[in-house]
Amino acid sequence: MFAPDIILAAVLNGLMTGSVYALIALGLTLVYGVLHIINFAHGATLTAAMFAVYVAHTVFRLDPYIALFIVTPLFFGLGYGVQRFIIGPASHGEDRNILLVTLGLSILIENAMLAIFRSDTRSIDVPYAFSSIDLGFTFLALPRVLAFGVALLVALLLGLLLTRTDTGKAIRAVAREKTGAALAGIDVAHIYAVTFGLGAACVAIAACLLMPTFYVTPRAGNAFVLVAFTIVVLGGMGSIPGALLGALFIGVVESLCGLFFGESLGQIGIFLIFILVLLVRPTGLFGARA
Amino acid sequence: MTRTTELSRRTLLTTAAIGGAATIAMPGLLRAQAPAIKVGILQPVTGALAYDGQQGQIGAEAAIKAINEAGGIKSMGGAKLQMVFGDARSTPEGGTAEVERMQAEGVVAIVGGFASPICLAASQAAARYDLPYIVDVGVADSIVTRGLKNTFRFGPGFGTVTKTALDNLSKLNDAAGKPAKTVVLVHEDGLFGSGMAKLMQAELPKRGFEVLDTIAHPTPSRDMSNVALQIRAKNPDLVIPSSYYGEFALLARTMQQQRIKPKGIYAVLNGAASNFRFVKEFQDAAQFVMDCNHWHDPRKPVAEALRKQVEASGKFWTYNIPLNYSCVQLLADALERAGSGDKAKLTEALMASTFAGHIMPYGPTKFVNGQNEGGAPVNTQVQGADIKVIFPTDFADAKPIFPVPA
Repeated sequence: MFAPDIILAAVLNGLMTGSVYALIALGLTLVYGVLHIINFAHGATLTAAMFAVYVAHTVFRLDPYIALFIVTPLFFGLGYGVQRFIIGPASHGEDRNILLVTLGLSILIENAMLAIFRSDTRSIDVPYAFSSIDLGFTFLALPRVLAFGVALLVALLLGLLLTRTDTGKAIRAVAREKTGAALAGIDVAHIYAVTFGLGAACVAIAACLLMPTFYVTPRAGNAFVLVAFTIVVLGGMGSIPGALLGALFIGVVESLCGLFFGESLGQIGIFLIFILVLLVRPTGLFGARA
Repeated sequence: MTRTTELSRRTLLTTAAIGGAATIAMPGLLRAQAPAIKVGILQPVTGALAYDGQQGQIGAEAAIKAINEAGGIKSMGGAKLQMVFGDARSTPEGGTAEVERMQAEGVVAIVGGFASPICLAASQAAARYDLPYIVDVGVADSIVTRGLKNTFRFGPGFGTVTKTALDNLSKLNDAAGKPAKTVVLVHEDGLFGSGMAKLMQAELPKRGFEVLDTIAHPTPSRDMSNVALQIRAKNPDLVIPSSYYGEFALLARTMQQQRIKPKGIYAVLNGAASNFRFVKEFQDAAQFVMDCNHWHDPRKPVAEALRKQVEASGKFWTYNIPLNYSCVQLLADALERAGSGDKAKLTEALMASTFAGHIMPYGPTKFVNGQNEGGAPVNTQVQGADIKVIFPTDFADAKPIFPVPA
């Protein structure tokens, strides 16, 4: 039905879209893996980060790739603060309270964005927005290729951070056995906040990579976060390689389903795969066996 | 009894005398006493369609302000219009819930709705109370073909828009020596886009165009690369998109990235191609995009003054503004003629409306089964940093550029 070069182009497009999904899913899976909570405020955090990039560009004339070095630490700090001073104290250690607090936060952030920025669709115009790499059979948009590279790099760095640094080891210890880690002298509240901060930093990077080609509205983050939830479960909740490979896989599935069955049905492919994986391997592709 | 009557009469006379004196002494006071007329303005100001809803609200508010400043509804003692605002939250359920609330608050009519699904549900809910409902945009033709007596659509439906769009497309193509023969349709998969695509598929071949493909996409869409890929594979002369703002902006940008340059992009009822935000933010991608859509009448000074006022406040001018402005004017005219806020009288006044004082490029209003037969779209084209009217020729302010320069 389609020529092989179109199918190959769709696969490449899917990989690049998937790489942005990966960044969003990485943050989500990290928070789940360590804090054992599903962060409902993740989509709203992405929206807030996209607006931060928008403001950095329109007010301070900063290129999104430069803004990355400011927005990422800023969101790490914000994430740290939110967990340390809002979610932690408000949850009283109850998981269901944490869920409600993150849900409340997401409503609060979205409405704050709506109040500040109104609901206009906003985008930024960067000189390289229309630059493409000519592969002969297709053009790859430069910002999307960059997003792909950065996403892989971030996943690698996150993996190294978790395995090679003391903080990473503490994060893994807290994830495995909270009480034991506390007895060994690890400040659990601090590690929780660091993890939450890392999650927010991941979406901040995703926001910087998205803005050169995408637009932002007070609900823009929601378009990505449902897919990210699916990827987290698909890849195995808490698994970093699972989130990365799951995201790339979902990106390709969505792209090919969109090509063959129509764009509207592209997303059905995601959920079909999702149900299939849950039936065959309920712990996800890279999840620990129950 | 007689005595009481006499007393009453005397009291009445006294009251009338005092009232008369008061009228002479303080004319403003009596006018202020005319009870306000509550008018329901329904728009989606939160959720996916919030931008359009907010733009619609600007138009409705401006009209209410202008009508009140001009002395209110004179046949009702100068009664002022009072807005009861409802947020449809971008869903039909949200719209329905607000209709119930507005009815409870005693509105005489509702104006707005924006999206077809919201208008369908909200006008149906209003019909239960025989509450007049004026649709501002909602282009799905099913809105006015259900036989609801309370529902009036001032603007054209997509049947009319598509016909006009196709007529103008044929004129455009003929005038350029028929360079366009093949078309790819791109549409959002909701009520509006799907209905539009179906009509186009049936009508385009009759006018000598071959439809190579019809591509539906969801709203919101995260990526338009595949749509662009398919357009590239078919290599059509024309791309006809019918989508909401975000998706069209994304598509235009992706087509630019993929170096897809058809002879023309001819949008129909597209959220972006008649939107100054699109022109400002995507100057390259927006160049020469044509649209067949609602637009104000640039010959009318009130319309141009309103546009300047909106732009001076830092907001973009979109068609929602003049449409809602005109719909509120239409309602005020009906109230003036009905001389009452009674729903039945108001519905009758709307049915018989021949209102011509609006700011759209239509003639006097003439409702047939709730549809204003005079409602008509115009064709616009992005040229440089501006949106120009290219059809109808009697008030076009630019000549179409087609096929677009390579």
